[in-house]
Formats: sequence, structure tokens, C-alpha cells
Amino acid sequence: MANPGGTSGKIVTRKDFLKLSGAAAAATWLPWLPIVSPTQAAALNISEVAPGLFVHKGHHALISPENAGDISNLSIIVGKDAVAVVDTGGSITVGRGLREAVKAITDKPIRYVINTHMHPDHVFGNAAFEADKPAYVAHHKMARGLSARADSYIKSNTRMIGEAAFSGSTVVMPTEHVKDRLDINLGERVLTLAARPTAHTDNDLTILDQATGTLILGDLLFSGHIPTLDGSIAGWIKLIEAMRGESANRVVPGHGPASMSWPDALVPLDRYLRRIADDVRSMIKAGNPIGEAIKTAGADERTQWLLADEFHVRNVTAAYAELEWE
Amino acid sequence: MQRTLTHIAPHLFAAVALLALSFVFQMTPASAATDDPWVSIRKEFYGDRQISETKPPLIIDAPDKAEDAALVPVSIYLLPEIADNIKTLRVFIDNNPMPMVGTFTFGKAAGFGPKTISTRVRFDTLSNIRTIAETNDGKLYMATHFVQAAGGCSSPAIKDAQEALDSAGQMQVKKLNNPHKFASSKNASSVTGEAMVMLRHPNYSGMQMDPASGQFIPAKFVRTLDVMRGGELVFHLEAGISMSSNPNVRFTYGTNGDEALSAVASDSDGAVFKASTPPDNS
Repeated sequence: MANPGGTSGKIVTRKDFLKLSGAAAAATWLPWLPIVSPTQAAALNISEVAPGLFVHKGHHALISPENAGDISNLSIIVGKDAVAVVDTGGSITVGRGLREAVKAITDKPIRYVINTHMHPDHVFGNAAFEADKPAYVAHHKMARGLSARADSYIKSNTRMIGEAAFSGSTVVMPTEHVKDRLDINLGERVLTLAARPTAHTDNDLTILDQATGTLILGDLLFSGHIPTLDGSIAGWIKLIEAMRGESANRVVPGHGPASMSWPDALVPLDRYLRRIADDVRSMIKAGNPIGEAIKTAGADERTQWLLADEFHVRNVTAAYAELEWE
Repeated sequence: MQRTLTHIAPHLFAAVALLALSFVFQMTPASAATDDPWVSIRKEFYGDRQISETKPPLIIDAPDKAEDAALVPVSIYLLPEIADNIKTLRVFIDNNPMPMVGTFTFGKAAGFGPKTISTRVRFDTLSNIRTIAETNDGKLYMATHFVQAAGGCSSPAIKDAQEALDSAGQMQVKKLNNPHKFASSKNASSVTGEAMVMLRHPNYSGMQMDPASGQFIPAKFVRTLDVMRGGELVFHLEAGISMSSNPNVRFTYGTNGDEALSAVASDSDGAVFKASTPPDNS
């Protein structure tokens, strides 16, 4: 595609194109141009981290009306015949923006919408793809986890994002459930999906793009943004150890840069989780109650991460409630 | 003179009460609402009885802002003035659908000296949590803490659903070796120990969704918990849906040599759970 802006690496979106055309339209009415309604979604910014693999980087923030739930990384993978998107953002608004980004790079059909796990900032854009009639693919435990939380997710996300951006963000359940592994062929491009044991949540799914050796980790990898624990801290530490041996040319975190080197990207996450687990285990052993643990465990890690005030204590609480049963 | 004093006293009391009340209102946004649920809770449980809100001898500790509304740690401290004379201890979360969290009734093995009870509760929305102690001579004491939290009653009880199913019903009583914290006791022959009882139970609030049916999971929660030291009662707890899943109570008790602790819990479906400390654990 032509790149009139001249900025290397920037993807020209359909909106950019329409903007340029709009300037011309001010002088001459061009009836063949599609009419853009004011509510039409703007395409999300994306960058090509490997040939045919594009990543939108989400904001490091809590969901809000300003970001419409655009806080997690979303991926687009283009094969010879079809397109897969991985995660869809925290609202239908973000999902529409992702769909626009796909349309700006290819006319190939979106056949797969893959969710890395059940969290709202990864699934609430699913509805934006319903017209494409894709297969919605997820870990086999995601349907259970998401439906148990659907009601409270809709309530809290409507409140935090606001009706304007969130309205229409229905819960779209997976149609394909990955029990162990599943290969998806986009046309001369195979994605290997792996259902992982309980770690960040009890329904984490990873996607390996065989063509480029890119491993999309969802929220099994955080960078910059403090990790959040909604599964098992012991399980997560164990899984990190196991994944270290898997080969990949680069990885895409659920929160962090669009692309990171492997396995170095794991280091800060691993350090954070081990510090909390160690501190909490020794506090449990010493007979310190949970109320004390949340005040001190992993204190030196707090300064290392963005949004620590929002999530650190919650992580320690979850770790304590899990590890006291060891 | 006597006559004048009794005449003035009620007015004085009213003025002080009003002052105290306005202070409470400033500190606790939830109670500032005109439809303050505490008004009717208080009336139902305590009528017009006088409740002392002077800080000691009763203290409640909870986070100002709960990061996980489904698991909010709360600790209650009873200082010596009332600890040896305590009859019941109630805990309320004003704005929860079922405000009564639980009632502790203490037995002989609760021991002498200061007492501590810690547990974990759910907050449906921002609310006051309060505890009211009633002594054997009928006096009432209250301590209150405002907590910012939301969604704890409807959020799923567990993180790893399969693991929770596999381990449901496990129960433990553990003695904790922290005697230094509870050194001061007016009764030299009594030594205060600390212990914890924990149970793997989803404690369904009735406000959580069943993924398979799309219906609400019926409430199913731990209704009673009795902790004994040998044949003597430490405490009896009547609880409701505001206790967190995997209910956990940490408590002080009067030790008697290395006599074992045992616990029996029953849930709203009639299931019974039992545990005791191992013989060598003291």
C-alpha cells in the first residue's frame, strides 16, 4: 500500500486515506467515496513486529472513558487465505478499531478471533467481529470462567468506561475450545495454540506463529505494567520455568512493548512473582496474618512497576490465600 | 443539686451524642446517606439501647481501600476492660445484601486477657464494617471502619475452578506459636495462645452465576463453626454469606497445657466438616 505520509513503519489506515480524500472533497464532491459516519471507529495504531504479524500496543492504564478499554496488546496475523486476530480490547469500540486496522492492511477474511484468556480488556471487543462470522477460539476453561464473571464484568466495565464507548460490548463466548493444542492454518501459515495450566488465570492460551517464530503470550507476560494474579502464583512460577525452554524468535506480552526478546523478557516478571511467593510463604510460616502480609510483602518490588498501587496488594492477597494451603 | 444534675444530664448526653454523630458522619461517607441502612440494623438488633463508641476497649482494623472486595481481611481486638467479660461479638457490613456477617459467642476456653479475632469478608459495595461487643453485664461497645470496595459478593468464589472442586471440604485447625504478642494477662495461671481454623468451601453468596446454566448459584455457605479446646468451648460462630470463600478465622484462646483444639463447621445444606490439631502440635 502507498505510504503518502512517508513515515517508515507507519501503517496507513483507511481513516488516514479518507482524511486525505476529505481535503479534496472540500473542493470537489466525489460521490464514489464512502460516507463516513461520525461514529465510525478509527483504526488502531499497529506496528509490524514480524512479516504479516501486526501488534497494537495498549495503554498502561486502568480502563476509562478516555481509553475505552484500550489497555492490552492486540495482534493481527495475516495468512495467504485468512486473518486471525488475537484479543480484541476492552470494548466494542476498541474491537471496531482493531477491525478497521485489519481492513486497512488486507481484504482477506477474518476467520479466527482468538482470546488469550477471559479478562475484560482482552474479550470485550469480540462483538465487533460478529459480521465476519469467525470461529471464536479460546482455552477450554475460558467459557466457564467468563460466564461466571460475565455479569460483574459488564457492570464494572460499563461503569468504568461509560455507556458511550461500552454500549454493545456483549460477552461473545468461544465456539472452539482448545483442550491441549490446536493448529490453525491461515493459508501457508500455521498457528499453534497451546492451552496452559493455571497461572495468570485458569484459562491462559498461547499462540505460536510458526512462520515467524513469534510467540503471543497474552497475560502470561507483563512488562512495565505490574503483573496481575487471578490464577495461581505457584502455577505461574512453574509455567515460566517450563516455557523458558520453548524456542521463539520474539514474544508479544499482553501488557508491555509490542515485541520483546525471548526468554529475557521473563526476567522481571519471574523476579516479581518469586519475591511475593517467598515473602508470603515466610510470613505464613512465621504466623503473620494476611492483614500484615499485604502491608509488607514484596515492598521493594512496588517501585519497579507501573500501576503497583492498583494491583500489588491484590496480588499479595491472592498469593496468601493460595499459599496458606500448601 | 442532685435534682439539677439529673435534669441537665440528658441534654448533656444529647449534645455529646450529636457531636459524636456528626464526627462519625464526616468520617464515613456511607452513613451520610439519608437511607443509611445502619439505622434499621441498629433498631432490629439493639433497639434503643445505648452503645458506647469510645475507641478502646474495642478496635476494628480493616484496609481503607480493599484491593480484592471478595477477600477483605478484618481484625477485631478486645482490650482487657471488656475481654474477660465478653459474651458476644457481632460483625456487620452495613451495605451488604445481608449485613450480618456473623455472631461470635465465647465459651470458657476463650481464656483471659486481651482477645483477637481475624477473618476475611466480602464487600458488595463501599460500606462501613462495624463490630459490636456485648458484655455479660449487658453493656454494648461499637467500633467502625469505612472500607472502599465493590463487587465482592457477586465475584466468583474461586480462581481455579477445577482445583476448588477437587479440594472442597478440606479443613485444618492450626496452633500458631505467637505467645509473645499476648503476654499481658491479669490471670497469671492463664496463657493465651493463638490458632487458626480454615476450611475449603466456596461459601456461595447466592449472587454468583453458574456458567453451565446461566442461573444464579443458590446460596450455600458455612452457617456455624464451633471451636473447642478439649471439652470446653472457645467460641461458637453463626455466620452468613458475607464471609469470603474458604472461610478462615484466626483467634486467641486460653491454653491448658497442650490440650488439642478441634473444630466443627456446618453449612446451609447440612454438610458437616471436622478437624482437630494433631497431638504433637502445641
